[in-house]
Amino acid sequence: MITGSNTDAAQMKPPLRNIGVIGWLRENLFNNLFNSLLTLVTIYGLWLFVPPLIRWVFIDSLWFSSAEACRDIEGACWSIIPNNVSFIFFGFFPEGQQWRPLTAMLLLFALVFYSKNRKHWRQSLAIYWLLGLIVMGGLMHGGVFGMPVVETAQWSGFPLTLMLALFGMVGAYPLGVLLALGRRSKLIGIKSLCVVYIELIRGVPLISLLFMSSVMFPLFLPEGVSFDKVLRAQVAIILFAAAYIAEVVRGGLQAIPAGQYEAANALGLSYAKTMRLIVLPQALKIVIPPSVGILISAFKDTSLVVIIALYDVLKTTKVTLSNPQWMGYSSEAYLFLAVLYFVCCYAMTSYSRRLEKELHAGH
Amino acid sequence: MPDTDGKGERSMHEHNDMLQENLEQPIIEVIGMHKWFGDFHVLKDINLKVIPQERIVICGPSGSGKSTMIRCLNRLEEHQKGRIIVDGIELTNDIKNIEKVRAEVGMVFQHFNLFPHLTILENLTLGPIWVRKTPKREAAEAAMRYLEKVRIAEQAEKFPGQLSGGQQQRVAIARSLCMNPKVMLFDEPTSALDPEMIKEVLDVMIDLAEEGMTMLVVTHEMGFAKSVADRVMFMDEGQIVEQNSPQEFFDHPQNDRTRLFLSQIL
Ligand SMILES: Nc1ncnc2c1ncn2[C@@H]1O[C@H](COP(=O)(O)OP(=O)(O)OP(=O)(O)O)[C@@H](O)[C@H]1O
Ligand SMILES: [Mg+2]
Repeated sequence: MITGSNTDAAQMKPPLRNIGVIGWLRENLFNNLFNSLLTLVTIYGLWLFVPPLIRWVFIDSLWFSSAEACRDIEGACWSIIPNNVSFIFFGFFPEGQQWRPLTAMLLLFALVFYSKNRKHWRQSLAIYWLLGLIVMGGLMHGGVFGMPVVETAQWSGFPLTLMLALFGMVGAYPLGVLLALGRRSKLIGIKSLCVVYIELIRGVPLISLLFMSSVMFPLFLPEGVSFDKVLRAQVAIILFAAAYIAEVVRGGLQAIPAGQYEAANALGLSYAKTMRLIVLPQALKIVIPPSVGILISAFKDTSLVVIIALYDVLKTTKVTLSNPQWMGYSSEAYLFLAVLYFVCCYAMTSYSRRLEKELHAGH
Repeated sequence: MPDTDGKGERSMHEHNDMLQENLEQPIIEVIGMHKWFGDFHVLKDINLKVIPQERIVICGPSGSGKSTMIRCLNRLEEHQKGRIIVDGIELTNDIKNIEKVRAEVGMVFQHFNLFPHLTILENLTLGPIWVRKTPKREAAEAAMRYLEKVRIAEQAEKFPGQLSGGQQQRVAIARSLCMNPKVMLFDEPTSALDPEMIKEVLDVMIDLAEEGMTMLVVTHEMGFAKSVADRVMFMDEGQIVEQNSPQEFFDHPQNDRTRLFLSQIL
């Protein structure tokens, strides 16, 4: 049925009650009896919950006071953070040397920030990263330019978390790609080796790998030979993440049409070059979002290293809380940690989303 | 159409003389080749000799094994019996030999198979740079020459996804040409194209034929076969049923199956 002429239809505006704030409210919150009730209940809940929260966080809280001052207040004692910031972030890294991990971290952030721009993705970028890593390693370990040596056992706090996650990813990615290629190999030996590895690792929790690396692995080593504890944890994380990356990359490889292999082969490209130049660039692009997912979980999973007595940022916070002076402010400390983790993870996801869009716009 | 004009006949003659001289060294030789997919006998006793500068059109019903046969010639498919010798190299499991043969044999696919993550220019220079080890600059210059030849030079910096089907197929032809192949294989190069784009691709292929490229073309474009081919080959059920000069093939088909096929397609 047609109502009104064409010109009328062209000039017609939506009825007022369907647009603007009122329209939106009507449509989304009060469109039937049940939803209206639900909305009212939610509003009541928020009214009960939010004002006290705001009072606790902002109004009755202290930010830069001593522990004593905190005893007399109702609100949050955020002072626990600034008072312990150097321990939470750098743990047992010797006092007075903590500018070193700080500089290393800032350098890392600078490199990450610089790498965000795809225009910088040239060979020089790899050189910057290599130089950056050498400098960071030097800063952390010391022993050069008059900086005293700091054993890895003392590396702790946020730099440790970042390091385990970042190197975990950097190490796991190539290994994961190789495993994915191996799993698709026609050579039955290589294929079954990769399948067994991937399924075994995915079948156990990271915690058990960390345990094995710290407890069982040394048993297999000849007497007198010992492996750095941080390095062992790092290896465990790499081996763990690689299995997940392998599966993600395999998904990407499956999405590449056979025609791409055929065209590359028909040009006379070898298997390795076909993979490197044609297949992997396309497959890895597809798997950016799930890869970032793995990076994020690796980042969060690093907190498990506490069980082998490494002090990541979560553990240093716990240690701070066991200080009698600051005992009882765990809500504040853990909220702070949550925000710290969230900011990092959110930065990763939003970057992956942007990258995905940019790469997609490329063609 | 028994009568061709005098000019056509003369150039045909010259071309045939040329072919006679080359008769001794075939560029492709297939002897008693068989292929199975599992239990399915796809190719049965294929014998084929292609001499340099020869243009062969292969036709036949769907599923008759045309694609499989030409894909065996650069070992995209592996044959199980018989011999295939390309440019003096026998195709065996030796991967180095296979890569050598592939570098000399260009292939154009039905669905173009351009590399979507590379620009047109990069698509063209990839082979020369990584297989032939041509310096980048030189490869780019050659690529631009071939792009001009397929009349598409202005698109060099675009990505394949931004081009029409006909343009993509011309790029695919140029990509093969950049390797300076001795033989070009075409597997239904126009059958994925909209009708208005078929001509632009066929024109490029005709140019190529006139320059003396050795070509094996699987196609149902019978106009192309009549005007360009030296030999038309009809395949059915994995066998080469009949082959002849285009004139004989279209005017006096010998085999019943060929006649049936021609009656359906023409
Ligand atoms: N990878 C494969 N595995 C099993 N069977 C296959 C495979 N590829 C092709 N075939 C079968 O082999 C036969 C020949 O296929 P081929 O693609 O060579 O035919 P064609 O003559 O090119 O047909 P079309 O005109 O449809 O392209 C078909 O029956 C097909 O189903
Ligand atoms: Mg086919």
